[in-house]
Amino acid sequence: MASKVIHAVYNDDDILMHAVKKVRAEHHHIEEVYTPFPVHGLDKAMGLEDTRIAITSFMYGCLGLIVAITMMNYIMIEDWPQDIGGKPSFSYLENMPAFVPIMFELTVFFAAHLMVITFYLRSRMWPFKKAENPDKRTTDDLFLMEVGVHDNEDALKNLLLDTGAIEVTVTEKEA
Amino acid sequence: MYTFSNRLKIGAIVAMVLGAFCLAYGFISAPGTVEEAKAIVAASHDDGHGGGHGEEASHGEGHEADYMEKSGHGAAGEHDEAHSAEHDEHVFHQLQNRPWSALYVAAFFFFMISLGVLAFYAIQRAAQAGWSPLLFRVMEGITAYIVPGGIIMFVLLVLSVLHMNHMFTWMDPEVVAHDELIQGKSGYLNPTFFLIRAAIFLGGWIAYRQYSKKLSLEQDEANDNSKFKLNFRISAAFLVFYLISESMMSWDWIMSLDPHWFSTLFGWYVFASMFVSGITVIAMVTIYLKSKGLLPEVNNSHIHDLAKFMFGISIFWTYLWFSQFMLIWYANIPEEVTYFVTRIEHYKLPFFGMLALNFIFPLLVLMNSDFKRVNWFVIMAGIIILFGHYMDVFNMVMPATVGENWYLGVPEIGGILLFGGFFVFWIFTALTKEPLTPKRNPFIEESKHFHY
Repeated sequence: MASKVIHAVYNDDDILMHAVKKVRAEHHHIEEVYTPFPVHGLDKAMGLEDTRIAITSFMYGCLGLIVAITMMNYIMIEDWPQDIGGKPSFSYLENMPAFVPIMFELTVFFAAHLMVITFYLRSRMWPFKKAENPDKRTTDDLFLMEVGVHDNEDALKNLLLDTGAIEVTVTEKEA
Repeated sequence: MYTFSNRLKIGAIVAMVLGAFCLAYGFISAPGTVEEAKAIVAASHDDGHGGGHGEEASHGEGHEADYMEKSGHGAAGEHDEAHSAEHDEHVFHQLQNRPWSALYVAAFFFFMISLGVLAFYAIQRAAQAGWSPLLFRVMEGITAYIVPGGIIMFVLLVLSVLHMNHMFTWMDPEVVAHDELIQGKSGYLNPTFFLIRAAIFLGGWIAYRQYSKKLSLEQDEANDNSKFKLNFRISAAFLVFYLISESMMSWDWIMSLDPHWFSTLFGWYVFASMFVSGITVIAMVTIYLKSKGLLPEVNNSHIHDLAKFMFGISIFWTYLWFSQFMLIWYANIPEEVTYFVTRIEHYKLPFFGMLALNFIFPLLVLMNSDFKRVNWFVIMAGIIILFGHYMDVFNMVMPATVGENWYLGVPEIGGILLFGGFFVFWIFTALTKEPLTPKRNPFIEESKHFHY
């Protein structure tokens, strides 16, 4: 199914921010905004939901901690019991201080790497993926707002030009 | 302008009076003779008073080793009777130390809060931070306590030098005469130089605080930014002085309570503790003033940033605490490891308890971003963190001064009430003196629009 969208191109992030707020105030649906760099506050202006990546980060950190504990317990206590610091207790709990750096590092390692991978997958970015941005110039210096059209093409066009868009084009978008 | 609310003022005064009574009771009930001390110890053991006192068997043993280590009487074990008499006297001194230690821990704790705030303030100045100028008057109010708090600390140290108590064993010439280790340190660790150093530290901190505050107020009336720039320069210079003097202060005032023991990162560790306590108090005072309708321009993002610091510096404190602990635990060198052996044997609950309060609690509670903006939540977390760091200081001081005869009883609570009340009274009085919003700080607009 193809749907009609308007692409409005801006050349300044401040103008874009005001435009986004105005378009939203007029109750038009902004489908996506493409920017060459992260624009602070744009997510709130567009009304996007808060990211939940922090929750995944916490879970990955817990996973890393569990992996570290299991791994060190197997290596240093069960498989080949080690005398740590002249204290041959062969108990994980009593030797725990020696393992804290590893527990910490693996917690951070898992949280960081898995969070990045999650972010890429959630953003639908993977190797050999075809770029989604409709205009190459959004990777350089222009900002592009994509607004859905529902029988209000002319009014919307005028509104977007009013907000300071330097180009407004109507295209068909493959869904 | 802020006016000191009557309820808070009366509360502070009541706390001071109550605390003074509790401490007076502590001093009166401390034993006057060795016999009284023996009676107190016998009574408290009959109570089955548990806590961190360990089992009887390990208790006697551990104590003996500890005692021999402390006074350097390796051969004392052969003379059982002489030893037992000395042991009784040792316990007597520890019991006499108890109200003094309660006083000392509380005095130091509230003093270190204002010193931590002073460091935070100097860092904001030296970094020319844009988010924090709205909070400068609050910080200046809290650092006002550095003057009376510092004087109290100095008086306590002078009283210790005058042998009013036995907290610092190295101040006793009798002990030094029999102790080669302390003799070796006496070039640095002697009463005269000790007091001179304390005077230099306190003088430097108070001078910076007063001068920086004066410049800060003058900047409000100025036509250019010269006062602001001068404040920036003296703050950067002060931080150099502070980092050295704070570290030496922690060796002098706390580490020397265990004169045989040393740790190279002790200064940092004490710094982390005062820094997180100071930031917590800034957040709490700011939220309190904001709830009174003052500081209208302080927004959620400011509170969020302060709470982030509370979270971050709590982790930093843990990092330093653990770095100190792990190296000593791993190496297991007798003269180093006694520090933790005595604590784990006789202070199990406060030792591991404060670790939970200062690390696990803020880690879990302040991790969520949204919670850092909920004002009552920050206050509640702050109270727990402050208690945790009181216990941290308690664990640094008490094992050396009262040994296994520790309690969290009337004198200790009295100390907290007395100095807590005085602290609140002093800083809120200071806050009434000046307008709470700086007028002409060049970053004030940025601070007003601070948005995270």
